[in-house]
Amino acid sequence: MLKFFFTVIRRDVLLAARRRGDWLTAQFFFVMVVSMFPLGVGPEPTMLRTIGPGVVWVAALLASLLSLDRLFADDYRDGTLEQMLLSPYPTSLLTLGKAIAHWIINGIPLLVIAPVLGIQFNLPNEALWMLVLSLAIGTPILSLLGSIGAALTLGLRGGGVLVTLLILPLYVPALIFGAGAVEGILSGTGSEAQLSLLGAFLMMSLLLAPWVSAMALRVSVE
Amino acid sequence: MTPGMLIANDLACERGERLLFKNLGFELENGEALLVRGGNGRGKTSLLRILCGLSAPAAGVVRWRGEPINQAQEQYGREMSYLGHANGIKDDLTPVENLRLAAALGGRDLDMATATTALEQVGLSRCMDIPARVLSFGQRRRVALAGLMTAGALLWILDEPLTGLDVNGVAMVEQMIRDHVVAGGMVIVTTHQPLALDGLTQKTLSVGD
Repeated sequence: MLKFFFTVIRRDVLLAARRRGDWLTAQFFFVMVVSMFPLGVGPEPTMLRTIGPGVVWVAALLASLLSLDRLFADDYRDGTLEQMLLSPYPTSLLTLGKAIAHWIINGIPLLVIAPVLGIQFNLPNEALWMLVLSLAIGTPILSLLGSIGAALTLGLRGGGVLVTLLILPLYVPALIFGAGAVEGILSGTGSEAQLSLLGAFLMMSLLLAPWVSAMALRVSVE
Repeated sequence: MTPGMLIANDLACERGERLLFKNLGFELENGEALLVRGGNGRGKTSLLRILCGLSAPAAGVVRWRGEPINQAQEQYGREMSYLGHANGIKDDLTPVENLRLAAALGGRDLDMATATTALEQVGLSRCMDIPARVLSFGQRRRVALAGLMTAGALLWILDEPLTGLDVNGVAMVEQMIRDHVVAGGMVIVTTHQPLALDGLTQKTLSVGD
């Protein structure tokens, strides 16, 4: 059973490695969106510092959404999804594996790029570290909750837009606590509370999202 | 009389509020083939998807070894192979990688030699190391058929397996089905082309008359 889980992850990472163009789109999008803000808002350091954490987090949400509609759609089109659904293992294991693979492919690169982008916003060192830490806890939530939306809209026309409308509201707690944690460092009030809540939210998504997304997947494929 | 391995009782299927078929039932034993017949849009594919557990029937139940298939997903998943309209192979992987990955996802180990032999058997010995993307439609179908052979399942559910195959390919599929059934396996197949399965214990089921 564990082997199935790891095979799902290995498979998706391998497929992403074969299609680097698709994979890099979301990362470039992230860099572009974040870099537009200093250009548009102007080079005022205090202002940039205030909006920095929020901008990076919102861009991370959007970048994660951008790659979500492909999570199940490609496999659905070529029939491999059907074959995986017919495998002798629980479907929630499949959706969990695919969400984690999505995080490895799209989430981890964001963690690496984010501190570099944070410098554009004049964020101090501790705030940069907190930004990476909050994204490290937060981006798996984006992949897990996103898998629900991707499963629900599978096979629908205009599914990509629908995913955005369905899933963005669910991302709000992650955004508030994630950006709030960095804000806490900047204002000196500490960020333990926000991080704990973010962690709790991650645990909840880890428990519920694969299961809900498995049910949605079964309905969509039928 | 012992009950059959695969039993379908009173199956009904609705698509968009339209009743495709109802009161459909059959039993299938080891060493038997079931030919599903019916015109376009009569619900053959829907029936096969119900039988393999991808869709739920509007009424009725499908049993495998006495258990409803939605409660025996683990066992049924190991003993049943489904080949649908889509081939279920990834374009970015080579045929060998496709077979080995499919086996791993089904909980089986497939070594390189077995995968290579299966691909040679379906006539793909020259295309093992190129991505499936550049294969022709019929060749991809052959990769899917090689996957079927290596899966080692007891029950095969084949939806139009002959689509895109040349004359040799059709003969090969007929031989595969014959070998499988003679060895005690079960096959459920739909096709619009004539399928020469003489000498086998055959049942026929008409859908949606």
